[in-house]
Amino acid sequence: MAANANTNTKTKVNIKPRKVPALIDRPMSFCPGCGHGIIIRLIAECLEELGQDDNVIFGIGVGCSSLLGGGLETDRLHCSHGRAGAVCTAMKRVNPDNVVISYQGDGDAYSIGIGETTSAAYRNERFTTFVVNNTNYGMTGGQMSNTTMPGQKTTTSPDGRDCTTTGMPLRFPELVASQFDAAAYAARGSVSTPANINKTKTYIKKALEAQLSGEGYSVVEILSSCPTNWGMTAPEAMKHLDQAVTPHFPLGEFKIRTKEQGEVK
Amino acid sequence: MSTVKGEMIKGNEAIAEAAIRAGARFYAGYPITPSSEIMEYMSWRLKEVGGAFVQAESEIAGINMIIGSAACGVRSITASSGPGISLKQEGMTTLSDEELPAVVVNVVRYGNGIGTLLSAQCDYHRETRGGGNGDYRCIVLCPSSVQEAADLTVEAFDLAEKYRMVSVLMTEGALGQMMEPCVLPEMQTPKRFEWGFDGKYSNKKIGIFDRDSMKESVALNEKYNKVKEIEQRWEAQHIEDAEYVFVAYGMPGRATIGAVEQLRAQGHKVGYIRPITAWPFPEKAFEQVNPDVKGYISIEANATGQLVDDIALTVMRQGKKKGSNCVGGSCPAPVYCNPHVYGVPSTKAIMEDYSKVLSGELKEVY
Repeated sequence: MAANANTNTKTKVNIKPRKVPALIDRPMSFCPGCGHGIIIRLIAECLEELGQDDNVIFGIGVGCSSLLGGGLETDRLHCSHGRAGAVCTAMKRVNPDNVVISYQGDGDAYSIGIGETTSAAYRNERFTTFVVNNTNYGMTGGQMSNTTMPGQKTTTSPDGRDCTTTGMPLRFPELVASQFDAAAYAARGSVSTPANINKTKTYIKKALEAQLSGEGYSVVEILSSCPTNWGMTAPEAMKHLDQAVTPHFPLGEFKIRTKEQGEVK
Repeated sequence: MSTVKGEMIKGNEAIAEAAIRAGARFYAGYPITPSSEIMEYMSWRLKEVGGAFVQAESEIAGINMIIGSAACGVRSITASSGPGISLKQEGMTTLSDEELPAVVVNVVRYGNGIGTLLSAQCDYHRETRGGGNGDYRCIVLCPSSVQEAADLTVEAFDLAEKYRMVSVLMTEGALGQMMEPCVLPEMQTPKRFEWGFDGKYSNKKIGIFDRDSMKESVALNEKYNKVKEIEQRWEAQHIEDAEYVFVAYGMPGRATIGAVEQLRAQGHKVGYIRPITAWPFPEKAFEQVNPDVKGYISIEANATGQLVDDIALTVMRQGKKKGSNCVGGSCPAPVYCNPHVYGVPSTKAIMEDYSKVLSGELKEVY
């Protein structure tokens, strides 16, 4: 985004650096080129814009998402691996007026936590889940995940993922949209380009709005780069997201808000 | 238990109603025999009092829900048995790590693996030693009657919050299922604890990410030592002049009291210590025992003998304090144990154990 802004200086556009939301104005330790930072920024901006940045509790997953904990200035609990769906269920039940967010990676939400994640969606819990999908277990050194691409080399699939014995990459927002009728919102974004980042922000905001209105469960999965474990440069990783990952994980909204459906009528 | 008072109520239901009256406003769990009545009761009763109830997809999810509600400062309780409590260990160590109070009821059933439906005391070591990963303790309370189960439920919440620890109410299948008269505790107005999450980051001590384990370990030991010093609870009788002292908790503890009374009536110098807290172990009770006691007899319902270890450790420590000759692990007074596996040993069976100790047929464990 910064590169994009610089090209505009020729036309003397008055560029004001965007203020970092107070919620996240602390150093975080993600790898260079990782998408987590962009996603966290988007969530914090949306919370600010919705006037909820002083009314939020995070349930943070285990993995690279753990690193968010040290960078946040808000109520947040580092949940056991995969259990954020259960922890956030209770937080929202006892504090219905707080915005409750689970922030998890694909390993946390879809592998070890598939039971808790799916069950929260199934019960239509009124919190919001953000899943950062980088198609591998980043924190532990790049092992295979339930979202690893067919043929993708990881440290536990060194010859490339063999889907005949390990399963096909899981598409969770589609599962929510197709199976859980009561759920309010399900979408998938990506951090690969400024256009996709902007779209992702609208998805994040809609998910939070679905929670604020009490419409039901909301989930946004965000495809994210992992240059460290993919063995790529940051620009290569962004290109890879678009060219290799997105074809298997289509971007867009799979379930739109009930309020929006009402407006259509 | 002095005189018979109160209405007849099942042990499990007495615990559930006592929890409500203590101000519990959140329950999450997964049913398992012989604990399910607690969950069933909570499913409608919490709704009546404006609390929240979640039938979780598993015990793991259930205890993690308890973490979520406890972090928001709500009195929270879950119950299970045997293998269900095994699954809850992950959450119990996390609660302990974050110093979040909660009450976990273990209606103990017998067996390893999925176990059986028989009443037992086989989880003593697990409950008193922490159970999950890491290095922590839970306060463990052991009722021997329905009335005591109700009273200790309230106590379990108070202690959990006083020390920011997990309290385990370690009851037994038989006690959970049986009915007795019980005077239920008074209804308290539920409170939110000021340290709970409110979305405004008012309290920065939960959800700690920058750890200093060296400092935390010192604080943890100070806390646990304080609990050991002031929260030991027990019932004891006839121990000052006893030649043999029985030690038993819960339902076997109750049966032991009957056996001691009968043996006393026959002229035998016996007494009993009934631990009410299994952790902290009531070491102080042993200070009042006859210094010339000839032996301790552990009465417990498990296969291998577990309580006997804590008795031996305590007796050895008492011996050292008094300066007795306690070298090479041999203690001043021998400790005997004939584990009764499951169920509640009869008065007759306990008296037979005593006879076997006297005749030398039952060898000392320590």
